[in-house]
Amino acid sequence: MSKTLVIAEHADGKLSAAISKTVAAASQIGGEVHVAVFAVDGAAVAAQAAQIAGVTKVLTVNNAANNHALAATLAPQVVELAKGYSHVLFPGTTFGKDLAPRVAAKLDVQQISDIMHVHSATSFDRPIYAGNAICTVEAPASQLVIGTVRLASFQAAAGGNSAPVEAASVTASLPTHTRFVSLAAQKSERPELQSANRVVSGGRALASSENFKIIYDLADKLKAGVGASRAAVDSGYVPNDMQVGQTGKIIAPELYIAIGISGAIQHLAGIKDARTIVAINKDSEAPIFEVADFGIVGDLFTLVPELTGKV
Amino acid sequence: MMKVLVSVKRSVDYNVRIQVKPDGSGVVTEGVKHSMNPFDEIAMEEAVRLKEKGNVTEIIAVTVGGAKNEETLRSALAFGADRAVHVKEEGEIQPLNAAKALAAVFRKEGAQLFIAGKQAIDDDASQTGQMIASLLDLPQATFASKVEIDGNKAIVTREIDAGLETLEIDLPAVITADLRLNEPRYLKLPDIMKAKKKPVDVQSFASLDVTPGAGLKITKTAAPPKRSKGIVVKTVDELVAALKAKGLV
Ligand SMILES: Cc1cc2nc3c(=O)[nH]c(=O)nc-3n(C[C@H](O)[C@H](O)[C@H](O)COP(=O)(O)OP(=O)(O)OC[C@H]3O[C@@H](n4cnc5c(N)ncnc54)[C@H](O)[C@@H]3O)c2cc1C
Ligand SMILES: Nc1ncnc2c1ncn2[C@@H]1O[C@H](COP(=O)(O)O)[C@@H](O)[C@H]1O
Repeated sequence: MSKTLVIAEHADGKLSAAISKTVAAASQIGGEVHVAVFAVDGAAVAAQAAQIAGVTKVLTVNNAANNHALAATLAPQVVELAKGYSHVLFPGTTFGKDLAPRVAAKLDVQQISDIMHVHSATSFDRPIYAGNAICTVEAPASQLVIGTVRLASFQAAAGGNSAPVEAASVTASLPTHTRFVSLAAQKSERPELQSANRVVSGGRALASSENFKIIYDLADKLKAGVGASRAAVDSGYVPNDMQVGQTGKIIAPELYIAIGISGAIQHLAGIKDARTIVAINKDSEAPIFEVADFGIVGDLFTLVPELTGKV
Repeated sequence: MMKVLVSVKRSVDYNVRIQVKPDGSGVVTEGVKHSMNPFDEIAMEEAVRLKEKGNVTEIIAVTVGGAKNEETLRSALAFGADRAVHVKEEGEIQPLNAAKALAAVFRKEGAQLFIAGKQAIDDDASQTGQMIASLLDLPQATFASKVEIDGNKAIVTREIDAGLETLEIDLPAVITADLRLNEPRYLKLPDIMKAKKKPVDVQSFASLDVTPGAGLKITKTAAPPKRSKGIVVKTVDELVAALKAKGLV
């Protein structure tokens, strides 16, 4: 019988939306699903986790050292809590990607990154080569399975549950060699990129951060999240956390509008699961048109404001 | 005297369009252009810049893999590595086994800093650097976009989902390089020539006392579902009508 531990990601007392998806993957493995909340005081976050359908128990591990999510501090605690579980799953966010391998190496197991499909308790699909191939991997049956969950591949589990919450204690000794200094977070009123139903992205063609306003205007009209290509981020038009792609965010919105983006393999890796892709580009040969459901060839500086006016 | 180790992996070039073998046994890598994993070029560049700034005295490039990985080490030497270590092992090397070998080399060399790429663009695992840090009980700063060495500490800015996080870590430590850490230089012919004469120390799992684990078995490799090519519309009105028909706007 499987017993899966999901490691909660949270900030400012709010559970990350990624956890409902991680729990959805855990539920497909079958058996019990516990969520562990490492925090200074995890009560509020635990209460949110307890509502997720499929969760059978929530564990809180309170420690003053947990006020920032530092992999070096969390890993020894996760390692200890992992005893007695068959699976430990992390969200495929920078939080999970930072922490999971640190736990896996300590437990001497090879980690499965970016689980996109659960075949059984030991067999999973994961993407390689920027999603241009999908491989099925089999984990040794006798050993703990550690994985990160590719969020774009799972629907969030429903709410309405009321799983029991318990305090857990771990006695791991924690290092002091890693210290949090600061976080420069982008505050945005727009829908969060990874959970938005609609996303509008701009590329190098926008040519300046001022011009990105036309992307924001369309996004606001559509109540969409805003993304960007690497070129737009590297050129300083928008902050790095807006990058979509192999090394940025992997998203699966209902509607994705790529504006002035050529459609490099690495960008496409981030939008393979979008339901409908729209491309606006002046080059009819741009590779983005090979994956777009609807394309329009022309100058974005005239087409986008017109579109904003008409939706 | 600060030694830095940089791991470099040979992988299919990032411009190559990947083909899955018809029998599902893997992807076609024979006869396909290979280069240094792009994130490792960034890691190499950062090491060279730290040396140019006087923070680092020696750069050692390390790879784990078959005989062909020597060409990747030669590129690293052309970038500016002083010498290289080749952990020669044929076949697929999973991240945990690579990490064990790389950690063993780090320990043997008594280095103060390890810079890896944040991810290899073939397996897209994004695990090895964190695993090295874990095996050595060292601090880690992953997805770095800025590194400053300050005595026996490093101040590292990380690209995380929420924005830019800054950590202070004690050395020795492991850092993994993200795209915006720097822009790697172009290799110049004289440097490529000089690199041919630089020393490469050949090791193996056995010589490093590393016992590789069995790891994961890849049972099948398939092409992803293909997106069908859509339609090109002529006007914004047509686009809006099409989106309305699908209930998307
Ligand atoms: C290891 C690695 C990882 C990477 N990871 C990512 C990633 O995660 N995400 C990512 O996006 N990229 C990534 N890249 C970069 C990627 O290869 C491309 O360089 C990048 O996506 C290009 O961005 P772009 O499409 O905005 O720019 P370009 O390729 O320069 O395309 C600009 C497009 O705008 C069009 N255009 C220009 N002017 C107009 C106009 N007035 N109106 C309409 N159209 C116009 C042009 O026809 C062109 O198609 C990665 C690269 C590497 C090597
Ligand atoms: N076989 C290897 N040889 C050298 N370096 C490696 C190897 N595998 C992984 N690495 C390093 O670890 C980083 C992350 O790889 P991965 O965990 O496979 O995504 C790469 O960018 C390399 O720096």
